[in-house]
Order: sequence, then structure tokens, then C-alpha cells
Amino acid sequence: MPEVKNRQAVTGAQAIANAMRQINPDVVAAYPITPQTPVVEYFAQYVADGVVDTEMIPVESEHSAMSAVVGAAAAGARAMTATAANGLALMHEIVYIAASSRLPIVMPVANRALSGPINIHCDHSDAMAERDSGWIQLWAENAQEAYDLTLIALRLGEHEDVRLPVMINFDGFIISHGVEVVDFLDDEVVKKFVGEPKVKYPLLDVDNPVTYGPLDLYDYYFEHKRQQIEAMKHVERVYKEIVDEFEKISGRRYDIFDKYMVDDAEYIMIALGSTAGTIKYTVDLLREQGHKVGIVKPWVFRPFLKKELQEVLNGRKAVIVLDRSASFGAEAPLYEAVKSALFNVENKPLIGSYVYGLGGRDIKVEYIKQAFEDAFAGNLNPDEERYLGLRE
Amino acid sequence: MALNIMQLATNFADKNPGITPGHRLCPGCAAPNVAKFALMTAQSLGYTPIVGLATGCLEVSTTIFPFTAWNVPYIHNAFENVAATVSGVETAYRALAKKGRLVDPEKKYAFFAFGGDGGTYDIGLQSLSGAVERGHKFIYIVYDNEGYMNTGNQRSGATPPGSQTTTQPVGKKLPGKVQLKKNIVEIMAGHENVYVATVSTSEPMDFFKKIEKALQFDGPSFIAAFSPCVRFWRISEDKAVDISKLAIETGYWPLYEVERGVYRITKKVKELKPVKEFIKAQGRFRNLLKRPDAEEIINEVQEYITRRWERLQILEEATKDKPIR
Repeated sequence: MPEVKNRQAVTGAQAIANAMRQINPDVVAAYPITPQTPVVEYFAQYVADGVVDTEMIPVESEHSAMSAVVGAAAAGARAMTATAANGLALMHEIVYIAASSRLPIVMPVANRALSGPINIHCDHSDAMAERDSGWIQLWAENAQEAYDLTLIALRLGEHEDVRLPVMINFDGFIISHGVEVVDFLDDEVVKKFVGEPKVKYPLLDVDNPVTYGPLDLYDYYFEHKRQQIEAMKHVERVYKEIVDEFEKISGRRYDIFDKYMVDDAEYIMIALGSTAGTIKYTVDLLREQGHKVGIVKPWVFRPFLKKELQEVLNGRKAVIVLDRSASFGAEAPLYEAVKSALFNVENKPLIGSYVYGLGGRDIKVEYIKQAFEDAFAGNLNPDEERYLGLRE
Repeated sequence: MALNIMQLATNFADKNPGITPGHRLCPGCAAPNVAKFALMTAQSLGYTPIVGLATGCLEVSTTIFPFTAWNVPYIHNAFENVAATVSGVETAYRALAKKGRLVDPEKKYAFFAFGGDGGTYDIGLQSLSGAVERGHKFIYIVYDNEGYMNTGNQRSGATPPGSQTTTQPVGKKLPGKVQLKKNIVEIMAGHENVYVATVSTSEPMDFFKKIEKALQFDGPSFIAAFSPCVRFWRISEDKAVDISKLAIETGYWPLYEVERGVYRITKKVKELKPVKEFIKAQGRFRNLLKRPDAEEIINEVQEYITRRWERLQILEEATKDKPIR
């Protein structure tokens, strides 16, 4: 276990800005939006003080932020941005282009409800709208994970067999503005871990000119999409290699799924982000009362690596999926993915869907208990969506 | 290094300066020559161009995968964001130069962004304004063919009154577009920290000199290039240059520049020809000319052009040797 030298109480935004300082990217283009703003503010101060030698582009919109980092990454720079909610939605068009151009851009997203009506607080509707964009999506439970996953993201995206952009999701306000204790790695350790940027086909190599973003019609487009699909398939192997290496320098273990008290669990809850912390606490309470409960939290949501999940869920009594976003007229996104993964499981558990916390609505221990109690009573209906903390 | 006209003539005839033959633009289109003039000027002055394109005719016709007509580094991102994209490329250049990671630090790089009038006057205006305000050292060139020609002649903010388009057609009741063309040159000149100029491929020397000035200008440049679309202006394939000349002679497309607020008319026209000559020479105005209110609309355009020409001369006089920044 490496020695902890640098333990500080910081917000998630500070933790991520510190990861960016240690990465010292070549170019950062960003536009402020609550609750991502402090990430940009802290980092801008590093630039202003000469702590990093990053060139920062204070763009006039998120659309231009993503457009500029696409240009910078294609030119051969290590490029980052950060955003949230409507900012991510404004980027949407270029989010797809970043992935299809195979540019390993890293972007922390302070998850916030998408308008309308306008709401600045946490839910996952922003990231879920991008789940088919071709970006890798990592999800953090707290400030420590947001810091660690930002470093891991950089290595993952740039890997020769992947070459894809990566989004690090961290719950707006709950993680971005909440103060927690974070163990930081030494600057030198991070520098060695992230290494020199691995650049491919840079525009600035003028003697070997390349064309980025050609017109790609029915005779080639499909094959190029297949290449993106194949690149996503490499993520599982590469991620595992990188997190093994990360564990050696940090003592902290990241798998595809965070599994808490699942070994003998009969009832498993699945959720993304900071709510997993509340669920772990609730699991402890219920365990004291003799209930065999556990939680599985995806650290990696895109690609959705169902094989490991199938193994974990096979033969359990019940699985409860909590979603912090809705899919209007269809099943909630995480639930849909889990339910689909269970299709091929031999001993299918009972499964139920709970939507919670939209627009920052608090998720309380009693709500989580209530969902578990439905499961204990066998009162789950796979075709019914239920709501936690909602007035009827 | 100064401009050498013989050298440029040789380049034009013999070389593939960035954009090469074999692209699929319409015969007679002015847009490839706009790109060629700009890139060959840069190369003849010792610059290595890096090119960004907005979605549009010039983009789709030159990069149909697996082919490319560009033998310089090229990036197309989307329709409305070429300025932001090139601002990222230019920033990456400064970052890598600072960190000593340039492949070839000895080279003089020139960053070009090309967009049509749709990608410039309309959907890309915010991205362009932001990039220019931030002061990136790049040259933005609009090839202005006065409509969304790539998608079959729809109205843009650059379309003149009475020009036939599919989204504001000249009909039995309505006279088509009634609004005057947006003055993009003045909008860009309003950024103040900028070199702005109008050019036309019918005046090559003026074009080359303005590109030279833009390359040497310490900051962003915006060049508006008059770019006849033979297909939708309904003119024959050999008429782009003639129509361009007529546009200059009528004052429809005055050749001038604004450098940090200082105006200079680069092609003095002693007496402007009536704009009606420019309008009558193009099929796109045929339906306008059939209307009973044709004279009224043409007069409105004529009055505007006359006032603008007078105003330009006043501005030239008033701003002489008085840069605003």
C-alpha cells in the first residue's frame, strides 16, 4: 500500500482541477456552467499563476469548447474540456464528431438536470443523452473517485487500441461542491503514470498531411462505425490493464463494477454516482438487521460490459435498479441496460425499476430501504417503473 | 519575402497549392480558386498552410472518402464551427511550440478557415465572432455565393433581394427575399482587433496583396471573397469572372479593407455602373424582373449601394492614419 502523503479536504471540483493540473494538458477550452464552473475557475487560476503551461481557450460557448478541443486534439495536442447539462447538450453534435474522429479528449461532466424547466441540480439526464455518442463513460461516486478516474480516463482514451474520448461523470453539487477528504498522488507519480501524449496523425505534422472529417457516404460510413464499435470492445481489456497499474501507485482498486457486500447477497441494488454511497450506508443498516443485501455500481457505463454483471446477478433473488434520469415512454436507461443483460442469465432474479432524484431531489435512506423492502416482499414488477421521493 | 507575380503565375499554372485538381466542384465555380489564390500566396511567401473547412460546397466536393483534394493538413468538423475548430488548431500550435513538441519548429505556419456564406453570415457567426474576439492568429475566408448552394439554393443572410431561392422563392404574390444582404464586412470590422478585406478572383493582384497583408497582420483576419455560383446564379460556366467584374464596377461588391478601423478602398471606381446591369446578367433575378414591382426593388438596392459607396469614401477619409486599436 503506497504511503498517503497528500490528504486534503477539497470539493470534487478542486479534486478534478488538481488532476488537470497534474496532467498539465496542452490545451483546455471551456465555457462556464453551473455546477462545472469551479473546475474551470480553479484551473484558470493554475494557468494564470503559471503552475501549468497549458494554453487555455476561453470560448464563447460549449459548442465552441468542444469544437476547439477537436481542433486541438487533431492538431496533436492533449486536450481537455469540462461541462454540464445544457452545455453538454449544446456540444452534442460535436461530441459525436470527437468520437468518430477517434480523438482521445477527456471531459469531466458535473451531472445536472437538462432543461426544461431549467434546473441547476443533479441528475443524470445530461450524460444519458450522450450514451450512444461513442464516448467512454466513467462514473464517480465521490471526489476521490472523480480525481482517480480523471487520471485513468486520460490513459484509457489515448491507448493505441482505443483512441476514444472519455467522459468522467461526477454528480453536480453533491460531488462538485461537497467537501470530502481526498488522497492525492504525488505530481511526479501522476506525471509518470500519464506519460507523454500518444499522438496519431497530427495536423501539425505538415510533411505528412492528413484530411480529418471527410464526406463519408454509404460506401464507407458503415465500416467506420464498425471500427468505433470494435474500439469500444477493446476498452474492457485496456481498462483492466490501466486500473491494475493505477492500483500499484495508489492502493485504490477500480474494476468495471464496484461491488459492495455482494458475495452472499440475495438482493442487489444497482445505481450510478454518488447515490451509491447512500446505498452502501443503507446496506450496512439492513445487514445489521440480517438482510442479505448488496450493491453494484458501474464505474464504466459505456461500454456497458454485461458479462461481468451477468455473472454477479445470476441466481440472486432480486435486483433493484435506481435511475437518476427518465426515458419518457420507455424504460429508464440503467434499468434497460441491466434488464437486457439479464435476458441471457440462467437463473433470472426478480427485477424492479426505480427512478429517483430528478432535478436534485434528495435521495434518503428511507427511500432506499423502501425499495429493498419491496424486493424482500417479492413485490417487484419488471414492467413497472416506480418513483422514490415523488409526490403523487 | 515579398510577393512575386511571376512566381505566383507559375504556381497557379503548375502546382497544386493545397487544393489539387480532381475535386468535384461544378465547372466554373469560383470557390476552388478562392482557396487556391489564398494558399498559393501563403506558400509563395514561405508559409505552410493548415486548413479548416466549414461544411459546404467546397468541403463536400473535395473530400469524398477515400479521396481528398487537399495536400495540406485539413480538418472539417461541422457546419457552424470552423472558426472555433481552427482556433483549437492554432492554440495547439502555440502550446506545442512552447513545450518544444512541434514536429518541425522551423516552419512558418498559416492557419486558414474557409466557410461559405451560410457557415459564416448565419450559422457560424457566433463561432467566428468568438475566435476573432479572442485574437487567434488565423485567416478566415468566406466564399460568398449568396445562398445555401450546396443543398440546392436556399436563402441565406447573404442572399440579395429578389434572388430566386427555394426557401424564399419569387412567387405570384411575394417578391422573394426583400431584405438587403447582411453587411458581414462591417460586422467583422467591428471586432476592431482585426484585418478585414473584400476580394474577388477577378482582381487577382488585389486578392494576393490582401492575403499577404493578412498573413503579416498580428492578429485575426477576415477576408470576404465574392464567389459566383454558376449553377444557381443561372450564369454560364465561363461567366464567374465577368459577373465578378460587374459586381465591382456597379459597387455591388466594393473592394476595400479595414485594418484596425482604418478604411481603404483598394479599387476606386470613378463612376458606378447601374446595379441593374449586374441583376440583368443573371438568371436568378429573371422572376424578379417579370414582376410589376421589379423597378421598385431594384431602386431600393441601387439606393443602398450608392449610399454605401459614399459612406465608404467618407470613412476612408475620416479614418486615415487613425487606427482604433
